[in-house]
Amino acid sequence: MSDKKLNAGRRKVLKTLSGIGVASLMGGFGLGSAWAASKKVKMGFIYVGPRDDYGYNQSHFEGKSSLSKLDWVKAVDEENVPETIEVVKTMESMINLDGAQVLFPTSFGYFDPHILKVAKKYPDVTFLHCGGLWSESKHPKNVGSYFGYIDEPMYLAGVVAGHMSKTGKLGYIAAIPIPQVLRNINSFTLGARSVNPAITTNVVFTGGWSKPVKEAESANSMADQGVDVLTCHVDSPKVVIQTAEKRGIYSVGYHTNQAVLAPKGFLTGGEWNWSKVYSDYAEMIKTGKKIPNLVRGGLKEGIVKLSPYGKAVSAKAKADADARLKKFMDGSMVVYKGPIKDNTGKVVIPAGKSYTQTDIWLESMGWMVEGVIGTTKG
Amino acid sequence: MFKVFESLLIPIAALVLSLVLFSVFMWFSGTNAFDVLGAIYRGAFGSWFSWQNTLVRSAPLMLTALCTALPARIGLINIGGEGAMVVGGVFATLVGISISGMSPFIVISAMVLAGMVTAGMWIGMVGALKHLRNVNETISSLLLNYIAIAIMSYLVLGPMRDPATLNNPSSFHIGMANMIGNIGESSIHGGLIFGLVVCIALWVLMRYTTFGFSVDVIGGNIRAAQISGLPVGKLILITCFIGGAAAGIAGVIEVAAVQGRANLSLNSGYGYAGILVAFLARHNPLAIIPVAILLGGIRASSGLLQRGFDLPDATTTVLQGIIFIVILASEFMYGRIKWLQPRVTAHA
Repeated sequence: MSDKKLNAGRRKVLKTLSGIGVASLMGGFGLGSAWAASKKVKMGFIYVGPRDDYGYNQSHFEGKSSLSKLDWVKAVDEENVPETIEVVKTMESMINLDGAQVLFPTSFGYFDPHILKVAKKYPDVTFLHCGGLWSESKHPKNVGSYFGYIDEPMYLAGVVAGHMSKTGKLGYIAAIPIPQVLRNINSFTLGARSVNPAITTNVVFTGGWSKPVKEAESANSMADQGVDVLTCHVDSPKVVIQTAEKRGIYSVGYHTNQAVLAPKGFLTGGEWNWSKVYSDYAEMIKTGKKIPNLVRGGLKEGIVKLSPYGKAVSAKAKADADARLKKFMDGSMVVYKGPIKDNTGKVVIPAGKSYTQTDIWLESMGWMVEGVIGTTKG
Repeated sequence: MFKVFESLLIPIAALVLSLVLFSVFMWFSGTNAFDVLGAIYRGAFGSWFSWQNTLVRSAPLMLTALCTALPARIGLINIGGEGAMVVGGVFATLVGISISGMSPFIVISAMVLAGMVTAGMWIGMVGALKHLRNVNETISSLLLNYIAIAIMSYLVLGPMRDPATLNNPSSFHIGMANMIGNIGESSIHGGLIFGLVVCIALWVLMRYTTFGFSVDVIGGNIRAAQISGLPVGKLILITCFIGGAAAGIAGVIEVAAVQGRANLSLNSGYGYAGILVAFLARHNPLAIIPVAILLGGIRASSGLLQRGFDLPDATTTVLQGIIFIVILASEFMYGRIKWLQPRVTAHA
């Protein structure tokens, strides 16, 4: 109940600000005067997995590493920190021993209860969480969240996949059926079916963010079933991309650029562009600007990007995807435009209705579009 | 007296040797080993903050270590601590959610009980499979870990899921009033007390009771135990049950003192780290306490190494690995160092 009310509140705020799209300012918080006094901006980054996983954690590590260009920033980081009391201790350690002024604990599971607990204890430190879970009515003012509409590049990747697939069967290996994952699957499939309405996407949920054995098994079984473009949403796409390459089929990357893992079959992929996000934050702290509690954006705002096309991609596919990229960049592209049916035949978005990227309704997505083969139930 | 001295001296010597080997490793990777060792000490035990950091990490290790240590005493290599912890945590949450309105004391007691019974039965299955069907307990306990994790995923993503937890699927909350708080003014949660009490209680059980003696007899020579009429099957089941129950408490604490809900973070490797602790402690419940603190300290110092020296997290894993191998290798020294042996005079 309270959640509904809350969503309505957020939707209203987001609507009024969606003209700009990015950096929706909600509340905002200032910087303690002590910060201005210290010479360097001290930032701490925490990852749930290894820095070099070719995936989610690496994308954040690359973002953090880009800060080394700025000599007035001191950034420290820690990898393989579980979503338990250990992340609480890591945050406290960064605050107490490294004097971190702003922390970026990047895993979803860090937020509740860990970040919320530490944030209450250290009101002068800013906690920015990747994932967009912050809400003004429930959470402390020194907490914020940032996230990107990565389903936009996945939509474009779907367009490319639609052009390149000969069998008309695409494969999606995903961790667990949560809204964020389903949105990527849906956008990817909508992109592909906009090219060829007969295309289907096979989905396998592995049940966890890092299950390399299951990922490899699923990739192989999909290749056996005639899937000829494979993509994924797991913490590290490495196994899926490598397996696709070994089986001689195309692959679409996720999180970071995986072209090196599949020089022959890599088409393109959806990437985060955290270096921009993190240097923007650093700049805000340096100049003493208020940090918005909620930052979101897509291709247009530069928070996500499309991986450079692999050499297998045809000129026609490139031209089509580029044309739509242009529409994303000028803001005229709407992915979720009715009529859209889910894969049980129910109309979820009626004709004439459309949901723009910033619409909060899309963030509780529990369905998969027509053409997706699979179910969100176990 | 000599025996106690020997069982202290050998592990300490092994520890020192591992630190030397680790320093060589550091030296080869071009880092000043003394700086690194100093940082490990500072990060683990150098201040009250570090101590709290260490102790809070060691609490679950004490409990999951018992899940390997107890069955090992009876001759079973059980690695099912991870699964037992998950099972205990999930079913305790189920109980906690369904009676969350009652008084916190009842809720927490019921949760602990539920966690102990379900996790105890879980590892009890390992013992039963071994005793009745002669299934290799190491393999069965490993496979049961996967089953436990799968059951948890199903429950947390399905029937137990709080629909408000959109992108980090979790069960409903057990209620803030029912959470186990911190010890005094520290930031160490009550789980540490559970760990210490259970370790000491099981040490007493193993050392001063007929039960403990019988278990050691079976572990020493199962044929001899059978011939002398010990109820081997029953004792295997009970020992496995106790081991599982200890790991189950770790799961309960993870929910009741840390997360407040059951979610996929219940499966974060404490069960596997516990195996290491049990072996280093030579399956002695009392020795588990200092070993768990040592390992907790090494884990606590990982952050400082990563941030201070740009070393990867694997550095502390390497240190753990070196300690593990050296201590296991030092086992053969027992009874071989002459001046450590009691002077044997002609007994009967």
